[in-house]
Order: sequence, then C-alpha cells, then structure tokens
Amino acid sequence: MASSKAARMGEEVWKTRTEKINLEVLTLTYGTLVSQLTHDLRDPATNIPDYAAINTELDRMGHSIGLRLIEDFLAKTSSAGPAPCNNFRETAEMIAKVGFKIFLNVTPRVENWDKEGRSFGLVFEEMPVSEFVELPDDGRAQEELWFLNLFCGVVKGALEMVQMQVKAEWVSDVLRGDDTTEMRVTLIRYIEDEMPPDDE
Amino acid sequence: GKAEVKDHKDGEEHATTSLGFPIMSEETRERVFWRLDGMGYRVGQGLVERFSVNKPRPTTPLEAIKFICKDLWILVFRKQIDNLKTNHRGIFVLTDTKFQPLGRMSVDRRTGIRGAEEALARAQTYLYFPCGVIRGALAGLGVEATVEASSTEIPTATFQIKQKGAKA
Repeated sequence: MASSKAARMGEEVWKTRTEKINLEVLTLTYGTLVSQLTHDLRDPATNIPDYAAINTELDRMGHSIGLRLIEDFLAKTSSAGPAPCNNFRETAEMIAKVGFKIFLNVTPRVENWDKEGRSFGLVFEEMPVSEFVELPDDGRAQEELWFLNLFCGVVKGALEMVQMQVKAEWVSDVLRGDDTTEMRVTLIRYIEDEMPPDDE
Repeated sequence: GKAEVKDHKDGEEHATTSLGFPIMSEETRERVFWRLDGMGYRVGQGLVERFSVNKPRPTTPLEAIKFICKDLWILVFRKQIDNLKTNHRGIFVLTDTKFQPLGRMSVDRRTGIRGAEEALARAQTYLYFPCGVIRGALAGLGVEATVEASSTEIPTATFQIKQKGAKA
C-alpha cells in the first residue's frame, strides 16, 4: 500500500471509528504506571530502581496489549479495505500511518531502512505520553530507562498475531536528552503455520 | 511449612473460571487493589491540579463531590455520573448506570449464577483504579475520604464515598 493511501486510511479511521480519551488522563496514567514500577522493581541490596527489569516489564505488558490490540486494529480497518501487506515496507507504512495514528494520534516517520529491507526506524516528532515527563534525576534513569518501552511490546505482540516475529527496541529518546525519538523494528522471520510434529 | 505454601500457590495457578480466566486469591487481589488504587490516587490528584485551576475552589464537600460527578467523570469516562445520593452527614453514593470500563464485559450465561458471580468478581478489579481516582481528586480538593465501589449488575457501578469522620 502506498504511503499516501495508508495516511488517508489512518486519518479516516481516526476520525470516524476511534473512541478518544483525554490526553492528560492518558499521560498521567502511563506516567503513574512507570512510576509504580520504579517503586516495585528495585534492587534489594541497594534499593535503587532496577531499570533493566522495568524495561522488561513494560515490554511484557505491551506485548500482552499488542496480542489483543491487533484484533481491534483489524476490526477498525477491515471495511476500509486493507489487503494484507505484500511486503515488510507496506507493513512499516501500516504501523506508522494507521496503527500509531488510530491508537495514539501520532504518525512517526518511517526512516533509516537497512539495505535488505528488513529493518526500519520509526521516528516520532511528538509522543503524547511523554508530555510533562521528566525522568528521575538519579544519574541512571537517563542511561538505563526506556520510558516508552511498552510500545515496543505492543508492536511485537501485534505483529506476532499476523505471522511476523520482529525485534522492536528504542534507539533514542528525547527524554534521555537525545535529538530524536526512534524505535527500531527488525523482521526476524515470517511465522509459518506450524503443524504439530506428529500430525500426519 | 514452605512446601505447603507452594502447593497452595500451584493449585491457585490452575484454578480458572468457566471462561478460562485465572481465579485470584484474596492475597493477590489485595495486592492488585493496593497498586491500582494507589495509581488512581495519583492520577486523580494530578487531574484536579490541572483542571481546577481556573475554577472557583469548592467550599463544601458536596461541591467537591459535584465536581467529581460532572467535570472529572466526563474527563475520564466521557459521561456524567447518573445519580448522586447523600445523607448530608458525609456519605455520598455515586451511581453510573453505564460505567465505561464495564460497558463491553460479557457474562457467561450458560453457567447461571456462577457465571454472573464470576463476571462481577472480574468487574470488581476494574473498579479499584477509579476508586483511587475519586479519592485522589477529593484529596486535591481538600476533602479526605475513603471510597468503596461495587457492581451488582454489569455495566452499573456504584461508588460509596465516606468523608473522614463521617458516621453511617
């Protein structure tokens, strides 16, 4: 699907078929979730938040969300007529211009493709859940915490349900002082319908 | 001893409702409540900070409760509370007859009463966060209170607010 067609579809579904939530309710809730994890997941010896564990937990939560969210995505977009993506480039356009658009009302740019066309970056000019956010000033969060890590899990979980195993991880975040906010998505493999081994 | 506890937990993991959802032990439920209620509290407090700035501050608990029923509820759940009752001695009962988080929940009708009870237990988990939101918002408006919620029929939710020091 061409980029502009995906953009039109995203806009249409966002306008007509998406229930909206107040921005502050969303940002406060997400911020509170991360903050709760920094209380719950601490190194018992030092009592410092274990940011690696927090990243993992956010990713896990997002994965569970993604596994279910894809149903809603397909339901909302099916009558708008998306044929299954023909290649990974089309998948990238659908994630950026339809997926993120209808669930977060943002449209990241698809950039930085690798030569084989198996890996791309999603560059976010804006990220609603990061508004009003400051990372803890403990000298570690800026280096170790990926505040938005839940969204990597969402992308992985959602794609898994449509036969794609991907790696998704943040490579930069303005909250950490980087110039950009970029998620890198890499196709590992297409999941074939696997028969149980003893099924003749 | 320890083995007993473990056995108990293993048993718990396998226990599921008729729809295949895991059944939460009281202990787990308590911990879930603690966290969700606490998170709701922070969100409620934060929302009041942002949205009551340009409004006259409520001068009575009833005015604060009305802010919850109208402004806050619309902000979070996109509708108003349907019914507010008070004994005028610090107890308020808020009823939302179409509470949004319960709006699309299903009840397993095949199992009769059991299915209905399971559905209500499942719904209960979705009331912890809103309880915290109310408590936090009231705290932000200068009213200390405890909040309990229940649902006797999906998608209705009832929130009972007891102002600190109030007698039933």
